[in-house]
Amino acid sequence: MSRVAVLKGGRSLERQVSLKSGARVEEALARLGHDVVSIDVGADLVERLLAEAPAAAFIALHGRDGEDGTVQELLEVMGIPYTGSGVSACIRAADKVLAKHAMRDRGIPTPDFYAFNETAFRELGAAAALPAIEERLRFPIVVKPACQGSALGIKFAATPADVPTALVAAFSYDRKVLLERHVAGRDLAVSILDGDGSARALPIVEAVPHDEDFYDFEARYVIGRTTFVCPAELPDQIAERAASLAVDVYELIGCSGFARVDIMLEAETNELYVLELNSIPGLTETSLLPQAADAAGIGFDELVKQILERAADV
Amino acid sequence: MALTERDDVISLAGGLPDTSTFPPDSYASLMRTVAANSCARALQYAPTEGMARLKHCIVDVMRAEGMDADPDEILVTTGGQQVIDLLCKTLIDPGDVIVAEAPTYPGAVPTFCAYQADVVQVTMDRDGMRVDELEATLDELERTGRRPKFIYTVPNFHNPAGVTLSLERRRELVRIAQERELLVLEDNPYGLLRYEGDPLPTLLTLDGGNFVVYASTFSKILSPGVRLGWTVAPRPVLEKMNIGKQSSDLCSSSLSQYFVAAYFEAGPWHEYVRSLIEIYRRRRDVMLDALAEHYPREAEWTHPEGGLFIWATLPDYIDTTDLLARVLEQRVAFVPGRAAYVDGRGGSAMRLNFSGVGENDIREGIRRIGEVVREQVALYGTLTGVTPAPAVRAGEAAAESAGPEPRVPEPDSELAKILRLPATRKRAG
Repeated sequence: MSRVAVLKGGRSLERQVSLKSGARVEEALARLGHDVVSIDVGADLVERLLAEAPAAAFIALHGRDGEDGTVQELLEVMGIPYTGSGVSACIRAADKVLAKHAMRDRGIPTPDFYAFNETAFRELGAAAALPAIEERLRFPIVVKPACQGSALGIKFAATPADVPTALVAAFSYDRKVLLERHVAGRDLAVSILDGDGSARALPIVEAVPHDEDFYDFEARYVIGRTTFVCPAELPDQIAERAASLAVDVYELIGCSGFARVDIMLEAETNELYVLELNSIPGLTETSLLPQAADAAGIGFDELVKQILERAADV
Repeated sequence: MALTERDDVISLAGGLPDTSTFPPDSYASLMRTVAANSCARALQYAPTEGMARLKHCIVDVMRAEGMDADPDEILVTTGGQQVIDLLCKTLIDPGDVIVAEAPTYPGAVPTFCAYQADVVQVTMDRDGMRVDELEATLDELERTGRRPKFIYTVPNFHNPAGVTLSLERRRELVRIAQERELLVLEDNPYGLLRYEGDPLPTLLTLDGGNFVVYASTFSKILSPGVRLGWTVAPRPVLEKMNIGKQSSDLCSSSLSQYFVAAYFEAGPWHEYVRSLIEIYRRRRDVMLDALAEHYPREAEWTHPEGGLFIWATLPDYIDTTDLLARVLEQRVAFVPGRAAYVDGRGGSAMRLNFSGVGENDIREGIRRIGEVVREQVALYGTLTGVTPAPAVRAGEAAAESAGPEPRVPEPDSELAKILRLPATRKRAG
């Protein structure tokens, strides 16, 4: 038994999801016999960590601070072992633009995209380049904040007239946004676990939203809004290719512990395209990684145990 | 705890009265009175319909708004919210129609949805619900063989819209209810918090209690923490709501009922309400001034004569649900307008509360939101090649503006009818 601090909540827009993930992790850790210290991450984080002196930190934060390397950097400074990926992997994964560039450079298929900072529009006249971008990506175009999880701020632009509104919305979440080709097809999530140091893909989860054009923030976390099929009903060859792509991305980004890679299977071409990697995927009742682990015969407690073991020998 | 409720966030989101204005000594003294005189009874169950002593206090409060209530027709509830719930529980089967205002009280939306009601929203303007549209809506429903179970309205200082139903429309609404034999749920939590203008008769007064179910609460004139409200309803409805309440919670808190009764019997409750009116009037004026100073000219907002809320409408290319993300970064919160609709409208509107935080925080909160909104207006201008307007009020300097007029896109046809008030209505006093 050792003292484990569970870091959750925080000031990210995914705070509520993180609180759910954190609470579930705390219960599992308690069942595993650990002395659990619950920390709602705020201005007193360092103070709390110094006072509690945990043997390890389980990071159940999503989004800003927790998933972008900030909290990891602090834990490095304090010498506290932590779960999941390190600072540099978190930075690469949290910024979809960085991650997509890395994928493209490595030859991993990802939907075509263009990314801009707000200043490009404000000061460099980037708006004049929009027609060229629109012509290359073709409508509908997906407009996304570069650093925001859980589908927050993601907009579809069906026509040129929708693009400015979509950009204003996306810039509400981040100073950098990307315009991405829309891949119509099936929404697959490949969870990765490397409890023993070698990354392996868990059974693929397919998210099938009910009566929605788009798999939105709410649908991800409300039971009954989405049907999850695990393992996804896919031809073996495609399932294997998706798993292999996910492991490639995981290694490319330099992750450790666990992650989830979101992939689209394009209906028209049967091609796979990697959208992004989440370095700290949700651990709630409806989250995809625990479902995938369950399908692989790894219960939630065992999952938490493996993730923690990878962080430190506690 | 939600992100909007964190200590470091200036929250203009909640509908919170400022309970810090209640003197702790009075609280202690009232609790001592309850302990000395009614300890065992205060710790016991109460009658489902509420304690007789409390009902007399309710009669007094209603008299202050010109109503003459019979204690036997009062059901004490756990906040005004429970009245909405109990009326739905009594009347609504899945698919039944409720007519509500557009926008409507955001707290009623989940209740209506939980009972699977089909909510039809009727637009408002500065005089409250448009009764002509209401009649047209009722006719349309009738043509398809549907009849609303009730019409839900907040006539005074609407939440979230901040407008008040005019006397003429009150009379019209009551006439419609009587002619068509339809129930109206009149939700009146803020009626006593009037900062200007003359009080108007309630729908209950105008109707005489035949078709109006009246709801109110102690939350805004004393404390939401006591969780006490009440309803006055036609007897058959009241009896059903009483049964519904038995199954929900048996009775509202006895302890609270003794506390509130002791408070009202002690006398000077009018003085406390007057002190709240002074505080909230100043805060409203501070918010209106701050809006005029910091919001771009493309924005519009209501001028409430009372209550707790201002409803601001931005250009329709700004989605306030997304805007909130950026505003939260500046540690300010508001309620995005979409929460007040069941059909996805309200995307460019926001509800701003001015009762829950002090004047400096209101000024600072509005300044920060205004800054973000102006940035977004400018960004949209850059994206569309339209020069944004200077941050001054319409009518004050528009003539001096040398640049081209901003292109304000046509709003949704429905939204356009709502609460887009002329600039002359925006300033206080």
